[in-house]
Amino acid sequence: MNEILIVGGGKIVYFLTRMFIAKGSRVTIINKDKAECTRLARALKATVVYGDGSDPVILEEAGAGAVDTIIAMTPNDQDNLVICQLAIMRFSVPRSLALVSDPDNEVVFHELGISAFSTTRIISNIIEQKAGFEEIANLIPVGEGKVTLAEVILDETSPVIGKSLREIDMPYQSLIGYVLRGEKPIVPRGDTVLNAGDRLIVIALPDQYGQVISLLTRSS
Amino acid sequence: MKKYKRLYIIIVGCGRLGAYLANRFSHAGHSVVVIDQDMESFEKLSFHFSGFKMEGDATEVQVLKQAKIKNADLLLATTEHDNINLMVAQVGKKIFNVPRVMARVYIPDREDIYRELDIETICPTTIVGDLVADMYAASFFDDNLEEGTS
Repeated sequence: MNEILIVGGGKIVYFLTRMFIAKGSRVTIINKDKAECTRLARALKATVVYGDGSDPVILEEAGAGAVDTIIAMTPNDQDNLVICQLAIMRFSVPRSLALVSDPDNEVVFHELGISAFSTTRIISNIIEQKAGFEEIANLIPVGEGKVTLAEVILDETSPVIGKSLREIDMPYQSLIGYVLRGEKPIVPRGDTVLNAGDRLIVIALPDQYGQVISLLTRSS
Repeated sequence: MKKYKRLYIIIVGCGRLGAYLANRFSHAGHSVVVIDQDMESFEKLSFHFSGFKMEGDATEVQVLKQAKIKNADLLLATTEHDNINLMVAQVGKKIFNVPRVMARVYIPDREDIYRELDIETICPTTIVGDLVADMYAASFFDDNLEEGTS
């Protein structure tokens, strides 16, 4: 059985625990707030431990030595770092994950040997994807957000229709990796001419991503 | 031939310890930057403190970059929060290659892990505790023991 240890609180921890339990995992929660611990213990079929998750004694009490996964999702990035480091170094927890607020901390934690995802970045990606550009069907950050992979649909108003790739001045270090034309995937070459309705798989650095998208979708 | 170098020192947390160190290093002629989230804490700095004060959260890499952490010779993390100090110290050491880094921690039973991560820690709890224990062991318990055995 999959054993998960979650450190943190709030509604997200509550609903996440419920989902994990529904999927057959066993969940233990460590929470710093006594009243919230009581509420969580009443509402969930989870073990709830009251205390500071970055204290090795509390981790021990919560059975950190026997869990498969630890998720550190307190509101403070520095606490989540220390929790994951303790879990790995002292309790040999096989999988650990930290949620961080500061998007820069994804890279920082990674360099310190901890996998981390920034909720800020995830939400910002979703908003960009849903609200910003209707032409973008999919937006996937890869490599901790170092590279962005997007699926862009060209409509009739796109300024690049009828142009060959050679004629499009793509920013340095960005690439159209594939063109899906109807059912047919094409590996584009310099002489490939773009049509309305083409779906482009675009690979770009996050910094240039906006520039690439406006080049492909906005008339200048 | 210079006998000592003028050091660039970043101190995170302007509490009693942070302010004391900032004042001392500044008076000794070193360049000091103190970072604290609370502007009021800088009132603890002496009138003669000639370094820089920065308002900000040092767990943000941007704040450390603004403090020019790449040039720092020494980074002292002295806030009231162990985990902030431990994170800042690691970021300084591992990401910005600050030659010497120290974190003040209150909870002593995690020191082994940070030694393993090559982070110097200093724990007031054990320092004062050992001092007090030694003091009484020497002046009180030993006497008792001698009286008892003689």
